[in-house]
Amino acid sequence: MAALRLVWIYPDLLSTYGDRGNLLVLARRAQLRGIAVEVAQVNSDQRIPADGDVYLLGGGEDLPQILAARRLASDGGLTKAAARGAVVFAVCAGYQIIGTEFGGVDGDPEPGLGLIDISSGRGDRRGVGEVLADVDPELGVERLTGFENHQGVTRRGPGVKPLATVVSGVGNGDGTEGAYAGRVLGTYLHGPALVRNPSLADLLLRWVTGAPLPAINPRQEELVATLRRERLTPAPA
Amino acid sequence: MSTSSLPSRARLPFRARLATTVGGAAGTASRLAGRGDGSVIGGVIGLRLKPDLLSLLAQGRQIVMVTGTNGKTTTTRLVTAALGTLGQPIASNAFGANMEAGLVSALAKAPDAILAALEVDEKYIPSMLQKTQPRVLVLLNLSRDQMDRAAEIWMLARRWREAIAAAPDCRVIANADDPLVAWAAGQARQVTWVAAGQRWHDDSWCCPQCGAHLQREGDDWHCLECSYRRPPVSWMLVGDQVIDPAGRSTTLDLVLPGRANRSNAVMALAVAEVFGVTVPHALPAVAGVRSVAGRYTQVDRHGCAVRLLLAKNPAGWLEALDVLEPGPVLLSVNAQTPDGRDTSWLWDVDYRRLRDRPVFVTGERRMDLAVRLEADEVLFRLVGSVDEAIDLVRAPSMEVIANYTAFQQIRAVLGRTV
Repeated sequence: MAALRLVWIYPDLLSTYGDRGNLLVLARRAQLRGIAVEVAQVNSDQRIPADGDVYLLGGGEDLPQILAARRLASDGGLTKAAARGAVVFAVCAGYQIIGTEFGGVDGDPEPGLGLIDISSGRGDRRGVGEVLADVDPELGVERLTGFENHQGVTRRGPGVKPLATVVSGVGNGDGTEGAYAGRVLGTYLHGPALVRNPSLADLLLRWVTGAPLPAINPRQEELVATLRRERLTPAPA
Repeated sequence: MSTSSLPSRARLPFRARLATTVGGAAGTASRLAGRGDGSVIGGVIGLRLKPDLLSLLAQGRQIVMVTGTNGKTTTTRLVTAALGTLGQPIASNAFGANMEAGLVSALAKAPDAILAALEVDEKYIPSMLQKTQPRVLVLLNLSRDQMDRAAEIWMLARRWREAIAAAPDCRVIANADDPLVAWAAGQARQVTWVAAGQRWHDDSWCCPQCGAHLQREGDDWHCLECSYRRPPVSWMLVGDQVIDPAGRSTTLDLVLPGRANRSNAVMALAVAEVFGVTVPHALPAVAGVRSVAGRYTQVDRHGCAVRLLLAKNPAGWLEALDVLEPGPVLLSVNAQTPDGRDTSWLWDVDYRRLRDRPVFVTGERRMDLAVRLEADEVLFRLVGSVDEAIDLVRAPSMEVIANYTAFQQIRAVLGRTV
């Protein structure tokens, strides 16, 4: 295929804690398979390119989250890209932005982009800690391990499936974690969510290529496999 | 300024005296039992006996409070050095016990000290301001750190702002180069703005007032959508020169390495001026500080000169990587409660500049760091301990960068003399 075009949306507003990790992991896993990668980091004073393959949205605090949602709505580039089937991967505040509505400052509802039929509000307490969740078997993704740090509660409309079932942690607040519809996928696993979940990264890449991906040399996956074992083993974390 | 011009400290009520005495005894017992340096346990017991002990202990003192994400312990040490030229005893929590019990211990241990230099955890500023009524509050910087405990740094800045607005008698000395800090200090009645620099920009791309993308030109910054902009400064750090409010330029030739420490030193000099100590008087004492609670010291270990650098968050790692000497480096990362349980921040550090040197990786979360370095194409070797790295490196010196509990573990191995 031609070069894979990764678009990192508004790192100036939506990059609270290690969100760059998702970009680096997608780029690395594509390159290990011989796929060339082009990266566009788009700040909030720039236009969103329409021709990306994967759009990444990270986490952010209340004010930047509201501002990012408004900018993205008036820019329109991400909405057009999603409509033509580009992959959208959003975490935490970004996950809420791609829905129809989210809780802004003091919990007042703010309109989202409506790329996926979910709506988020503010829960009673903050969910902070390690998360384990089992992914919808249709997606062929291994058990999720990550860290969450949010006060959001997210409900799904018809036609939207939960990404996973929570084993431990809070997630959407109803025993599920994340959501997906078409090629738009979001999760409360914050920051570098794809780092500990390479098979989720591969799902996004498969959505772009439309074909099974060649295997990666196990030696180049040894470290992350060890890290996953460590995080998936129930131990005093 | 002489001691006689300061108000004498009122005698503590009986119960408070009992609380400080019992607390002091517990601190000694804790030290003898080998459970730490005894600086917190005494305060904990004292506060249990007398919940308003801190306010009582603070009465009649001239307190300098230092806070920020990075540089608290070092700046407190530099303030102590600068004010030490006044020839008076100074109470200080020099080993970083920076919550209420640590402050109580520091003040109880120095009952006759009118002056106090106290570092305070950034999350406790509102209550500590109210309880101790400091004469000076130093705001260094604010960036992402232990987000699992702090939630959001903008919220933290907002709490500072409200607490400062409610403390009109306190002089705030604030870093104008950090937009979040400048906003937090924006409602202070008395404020000294210092251009102390900001190496890490990734938590201040947006306007703290309205959230819009901030425009930055060199050190200057302003918001295009609201009126918010960098305040005019009276102290400046320019390279290795400090420029004081009178416009005099002086070279900062510090023993402590790096830009971050020059920045801390300028803040300390601005504090000294409030107490009538001028730059020529304060600087030799500030410049001579060589080690701060184990940081920056070089220690010989099996013939290898090991230097310890503490870095707890992305901004701290950026500054630590800046001061690395050439040669091998050992990185160590934990994720215990004082470190923050979440290792996501590793992905905010750019490790690529370690590509051309021998790198060793250890710590309880070494696999998180290993995966991070692999993504940055840094070659490294996993080791079980600092001694294993020293055995393998066969070099005359090695730099060590570690986060909080990892640093304490290595310090314990190398001996408390560090």
